[in-house]
Formats: sequence, C-alpha cells, structure tokens
Amino acid sequence: MVPYEQFTLPNGLNVILHKDNTIPRATVNVWYHVGSGSEKPKRTGFAHLFEHILFEGSQHVPEGKFDEWLEAAGANNNGSTMEDRTNYYEEIPSNAIELALFLESDRMGFLKPSLKPTTVDGQRDVVKNERRQSYENRPYGKANLELPALLYPKDHPYSWPVIGSMEDLSAASYDDVVNFFSTYYVPGNASISIAGDIDLAETRKSIEKWFSDVPAGKPVTKIDPPAPVLTEEKRIVMEDNVQLPRLTMVWLAPPIFQPGNAELDLVSSLLTRGKNSRLYKRLVYDLQIAQSVSSFQDSKKFASEFYITVTARQGVTLSQLEKVVQEEIDKLKKEEPQQREVERIVNQFESGFVAQLESSGNKADQLNHYYYYTGNPDYFNEDFQRFKAVSRNDLSAAVRQYLKDDARIVMSIVPTGKTELAAKNK
Amino acid sequence: MKKLLSLIPLILITITVCAQRPDRSVPPALGKAKNLQLPPIQRFTLSNGIQVLLMEKHSVPMIQINTLLQTGAFDDPVGKEGLSNFVMDLVDEGAGSLDALQLADEIEFLGASITSYSGNFSSGINCTVPVSKLDPALKIMGELMLHPTFAEGEIDRVRKLKLTGLLQNYDEPTVIATRAFNKFLYDAGTPYGRFANEQSIKSFTKEDVVKYHQANFVVGNTTLLVVGDITREKMIPVLEKYLASCKTGNITKASKPVPSQIKGRPMYIIDKPGAAQSVIRIGRIGVPRSAPDHDAMVVMNTILGGSFASRLNTNLREVHGYSYGASSGFTFWNVPGPFVASSSVQTDVTGLALGEFFTEFKNMIAPLPDADLTRGKNYEALGYAGNFESNNGIAAALAELVLYQLPDSYFNTYVEKILTVDKKSVEAASKKYIVPDNMLVVVVGDRAKIEEGVKKLNLGKIQNLTIEDILGKKPEFK
Repeated sequence: MVPYEQFTLPNGLNVILHKDNTIPRATVNVWYHVGSGSEKPKRTGFAHLFEHILFEGSQHVPEGKFDEWLEAAGANNNGSTMEDRTNYYEEIPSNAIELALFLESDRMGFLKPSLKPTTVDGQRDVVKNERRQSYENRPYGKANLELPALLYPKDHPYSWPVIGSMEDLSAASYDDVVNFFSTYYVPGNASISIAGDIDLAETRKSIEKWFSDVPAGKPVTKIDPPAPVLTEEKRIVMEDNVQLPRLTMVWLAPPIFQPGNAELDLVSSLLTRGKNSRLYKRLVYDLQIAQSVSSFQDSKKFASEFYITVTARQGVTLSQLEKVVQEEIDKLKKEEPQQREVERIVNQFESGFVAQLESSGNKADQLNHYYYYTGNPDYFNEDFQRFKAVSRNDLSAAVRQYLKDDARIVMSIVPTGKTELAAKNK
Repeated sequence: MKKLLSLIPLILITITVCAQRPDRSVPPALGKAKNLQLPPIQRFTLSNGIQVLLMEKHSVPMIQINTLLQTGAFDDPVGKEGLSNFVMDLVDEGAGSLDALQLADEIEFLGASITSYSGNFSSGINCTVPVSKLDPALKIMGELMLHPTFAEGEIDRVRKLKLTGLLQNYDEPTVIATRAFNKFLYDAGTPYGRFANEQSIKSFTKEDVVKYHQANFVVGNTTLLVVGDITREKMIPVLEKYLASCKTGNITKASKPVPSQIKGRPMYIIDKPGAAQSVIRIGRIGVPRSAPDHDAMVVMNTILGGSFASRLNTNLREVHGYSYGASSGFTFWNVPGPFVASSSVQTDVTGLALGEFFTEFKNMIAPLPDADLTRGKNYEALGYAGNFESNNGIAAALAELVLYQLPDSYFNTYVEKILTVDKKSVEAASKKYIVPDNMLVVVVGDRAKIEEGVKKLNLGKIQNLTIEDILGKKPEFK
C-alpha cells in the first residue's frame, strides 16, 4: 500500500524512504528501539527524561539551536516515549531535509560532548511538570499511575509507568544519562524513515552523508521478559477530587500482532464504538446510568492491555455499572455477535486505514512502527487483512479467553469520602 | 574513559566507508523552499442557491463534505446560552425515517462518519466518506440537515448529558480558567463571556430547537465545502439530489457588539485546594480578523509565544523549569477576539512564573533582533503548507475563507505575504497589542499556597473567588 525503499548503513542504521509529493513537505522520523521497559530499578521515567535531553543540543548544535534552526526553516518537531520505543520527528518543508538529517545524526553520533549535569537538572524540572500537568492536576489522572504495578509482576518491564516516579526522577544522574546513551542510542538500535516530497536517490545520498560517521557502538542486549500472567481479580478503590465516580477494568492480552490481538481490537469497537455498540447503547443510551464509556487495547511487544472505562451519572454506584458491563461481556462469551455489527466495525477500520495515508507524518511513523514490530515496513495491508479474517466466532472465543472474571483489575475511583460508591465484591 | 576509547576503531572504519565527512561546523545551507500551489478553488451554486466551494485532491479515495452555517454560540439569545450547541448535537439523534440508533448504524456501516459541531460564530455538519459510498452518505447527511426529528426523548436524553457535562467542568482547572478569563474579559452586555448554564440548558424546549433549526438551516446561511477525490461534474448531481430541497431564505442577525478593552490590571485567584499546578491565563482584547496588521501580529505572536522556541516557552520551561510549556495566541473573529498567554505552572512558583510572563511582555517593546524576526516569519510562512495535507485541513481553511471573506488567491499568496512582513510593523504590533499595564490575570490554583507569592509581584488588586463564583452552583437534576 505504501511503496518504500529500504537499506542499511554499515554502522547498522536501518533506513526507509517513501515518496509522496502531495504538498512540498516531508517528515523525518527516527525510532530508537528502547523505551521505559529497559529502565533500571529506581530509575523509572528515565527513558522519557532522556528523550527530553535529546532536544538540548549536541556537539555541533548549541543548546536551544535544535528548535531555533528547525523553526527558522518552517519545521515542527517532537518526540515521544513508550514502553517499547522512543521516537523523534521533524515535519519539514522539503528543502530542509538536510537540516533535519544533520540534527538527527548529530544527536545520534555526537551527543556526549554536549552533555552537562545542568541540562539534566533543567529537564528534570520540566518532566516533573509534565507529570503534574498530565496526571496529578487532571481528574482521575493519578489512577493511571497505579495500574502498571497492579497488572504486572514486580520487575516486569511494563510494571511501572512511562512517566516514572518523582523520587526516581530526582535520583536520575548525569552518569545515568551518559550510560543510557552509550548503551541504547546506537545506529544498530535505530531506524530512520522519511516520507513526503523527496527525491529517493538524493535522499539516500544525504542519509549516507550525514549518518555514515555515526559510530556503530556495541550491540544492544534486548530484554526478553517472561509472559506476564494475572492469576486473580484485584479490586482497588481510590479517592480523587472528582464529581463523579469512574470504573476502570483492565485485563492482560496477547502481544501486538499475535493471535488474539486483532480480535480484541474488534471487541473494543464492538463494546464502545458508536451509539449501537454494546456498552454505549445500554449504559449511556438506554439506561442512562453512565455519562460516558470507552475501551481500548494498548498493544505492545511483550503484552497488551485491554481497558474498559465507565464514568457514572450522579447518584449511580459503580456496582450498578459493573453489573451491566459484566452482563454484556457474558453475553458476548455465550452468543456470537451479529454479522451486521462486525461488518460495520470492519468497514470503519477500512476507512481508517485509507484516511491515515493522507498524512506523511503518519506514514513515516507507521513505516517505522511496522518495521519494528513485524520486520516489514509496508505492513498496512497485512495489518488490515487481520481484521477482515476474524470470524464472529473468533470474537466470542477471544472474549472467553482473555476477558476473564478471575484475572483482571477492577478499579473504582470515587469522589473523596464516598467509598460507598465503589464497585463492591459480588 | 573506557567507553570513549572503545569507540575509536569504529570511527576509523566509518571514515573509510564515507569518502567525505560532512562539515558539521555550521548547519547545512537550505535551498529555496518550494512554492505552495494548491489546485484551484471551484465555486458553484446549486439550483436552490446554496454556494459550494470545491477543491480536488486525488491522493486518497476519500471525500470531505462540510456544511458550514454562519451562526454559532454567540448568536444564542440571553437565557438560551448553549442552544446552538444543543441543536447541533440533536441533528443526528434521528432524521427522516431513521431513529438515532439506525442513523448511527447506517453511517458507520458505510465506513463514513458524520459529525456535527457548534463553534462561537459558526456551526456545521461534517461528513467524511469513501468515494464509493458518496451517494448513500450524502443521502443521510441531507436527512440530518433537512429533516431532523428532534424527538422529545432524545431532547431529554441530550439535556442530561449536557447537565452532567456542566458538573464535570468543576474537575477541570483549564476549563474553569478559560471560563473565568472570558467572563472577566468581556462585559456582560456582550455574548463573548457567556456560556451554557444549568438554567439555560433546563429551559430548552422542543419549540426552541425546531425554531432554531428552521431559522438557521436556510440557503442564505449555508455554504458547502467539498474536498477530495471527486470532480465538480460528479459532485453536482449528488448534491442536487439530496440538498436541493433546503429552504431558501436568509437569516437576520443582530450585528455583533464591539467589546471594550479591559481597564487596569484586574487579577483573580480561583481557589482549587490541593491543585498540583496553577493554571494561568493572562491577556486582553485583540483585533478582528480584518485588521490590516494581521500578518505582523501573527509573526509577533510566533516570537512571543506561538512556537516551542518562542520567548514564553523558552523562559518558563527551558530557563526556569516552572512548567511543561507556555504559549500565547490571538483569536481572530469578525469582532475583536481575545489575546491570551497561558501555562500550567507548579504550585510553589506561581508568583515567580507570573512575573516571568510580564518580563517577556515588557521585553517585546525592545528592538527586535533579526534572528527572531526571521525565525518567526519562516516558521509561520514555510509551515503553512502543512495545513493543506489532509482533506479535513483544506476544508477547515476553506471555511476560514468564507467566514472572513478572504479572496480565493489567499492561500497561494499567504507565504509570500508573511515573508515580506517588515521589522517595523512587527515592532509596532508589539507596542500596540502587548500592553503589560493593561492585562487581565486569572489563576486557578491552591490559594493558600500561591496567594502570597502572587501578592509580592504587586501587579494589581487581587480578587479571591471560588469555582462556584465562575461556574455557578452545581447543577441538580433527576
């Protein structure tokens, strides 16, 4: 679906190029195959803190210039950190590709001379404020920080939140930064994809020019944790400064692109996408005991997570909501979903697959995403075919197999002092 | 030391691979940026008089069809705040022979989406559809526009969703801050600081809804924006088939009052005990979209707070670490919209952070360095093409053209216009529009912990308020 050219430099850097001349812009997208899952004990949040430091300059790029130079060329840039990977991108006018490649190669190959303890301190404060803004000062936000430790065994790479703890962020040192860079930010552990208004041959030459002198470094030892298993139902009650109680149910699910993964994406839509979805229709539309309901699967390399979140109407207890959620899950376990509702969802998925191809930035990131998880950058069609291949019976089977009553987290978040609204034991 | 040494042999190897090491002493020189040349905007009129703007874009087999109505929340009468939003939410809750659930099922089955919205001065129904499903999707969109049912049961259900939404606002410090800011920026006689409330939402009747629909869904108030993998020849018959029965007629709108500038430097602290951060909004009344110095203001704001490397973000985030980010922006309307600078800052430095906002406001009066001017202009001008990558983005740009009566040549000439903005006009815009002595300041945070620090700044008299002072008492309903 997305034609591409791929090659590897002698230092190990994987390169993916895709041409799309719709507008005179392009995206340079770099994935490092390291995320919060590779953090050491007592250093949670480090991979993300490190991502911040990568914008603070490198040997040939003084502090502050990374953003100034890109903006002066009409470019946007950003990065993000997840459990499995960290990415960085520049959305640029097509005449500025050289600049983006210079900047990305300089911080890949020549970061160390510019690292200073004060840079770490500065970004530490910024990241702590990111944590405050995204979790602590947001309604229901603090609960998200508790879930990883409830879902995974101690020491599993997904058992702490990507943003990390305030204590560990305070402890991160200059030495940690230097070591993390040497260990993980090597070309053999990275992939660069460029999509947009480019000339393929010229871009290849530019990549060779800017990245060939990036030292190869040592091979990276990959983490390989045992498959996590939840063996019980954990019921948690938290209080927060909120008006309405909220129920969150979470299950562990198979890794991304493994059997069961596509089924559960479809199950999520079956439950909460659109007015006719099972949970929306009953909780929000018919009974009107919930203000909103959502579900999604967070798909990752070693395990995925399946979430259902329901926010109650005033005066409704979370036990009432849980009862209906359970009824709908049980019904799916017993009866196959209707042909019409499955087709409806697959049709929506199909449009989504087509619409995402409008954006070069999205294509560049997806090429890296598919390459990392499947080895094939242009996995768009294969990815969509997974959903087409799922039968109605597969969906019921997946619900039976993965959305079990005795292996999940049932978290109640209630307004402070109102624990009587929590979802009670049956 | 060991790590560093171990790299040396590898560096030698790579030198042999790459004939010439790149010069990293200066950033690479850039070639000339390509011009933005969009396909032409095709204008035509349906047999009933509805104006259509169409832009072909054949990169993916999808079409975007947006109905733009030139009425929105600020047209809601006093006591009926939120009516426009309420009606637009109801148009897809049943239309023609289909009830709300059937409608949703039919649309989604096509792989299409039809959403409705209400903004401040406009509202609309937006349809995204695969080319192969254009006809059935437009049939449904036509029903939504022309024959919504407005069943009593749906009105009552949506009312409860809205009232519960009001209750949820008490948890959202950014919503509280924005509401407070608009309330104190605009005098009560204008619609710009008003918002939907318990009384207004409870007052909506079916008659209100039907009357609003009849008055506003008329040819003279409606423009269609079509973008995507389609030609005018193929589009016209489908539009004629499903939208030609739209009622002719115009709307009569009272002219919008021009707001008066705020006086002095009023400051409000809205108490949110236990808040981990303080949400800050600082600003004043700006100018309308038609202001002759619009382009200079855009460049000026990019330098002040419109990008990551802007002064506000550099100061509050990078230099001081007070915040995850700080920004500023002008909102342009047909009447003067707000200028607002904003951030969420950690509680214990709230006063210091406020002080830094004013430091940067004052610094804007100093002569502008060339590097800042170049960066501001290029960022805005050369980044502009990014707005036209998706059908949706182009449709949004076309809506701006309609709402602000811009010429069809606007998009293709904008880049050049911004690149030729001169330093004098940007400096003049700073002096004229960033007036530190004349700013409204709103802070939502933990008063017990922040009040002293804010007082120390001596910016002005502080008024202490509760969340209820802004949002009213919590709504009660069954």
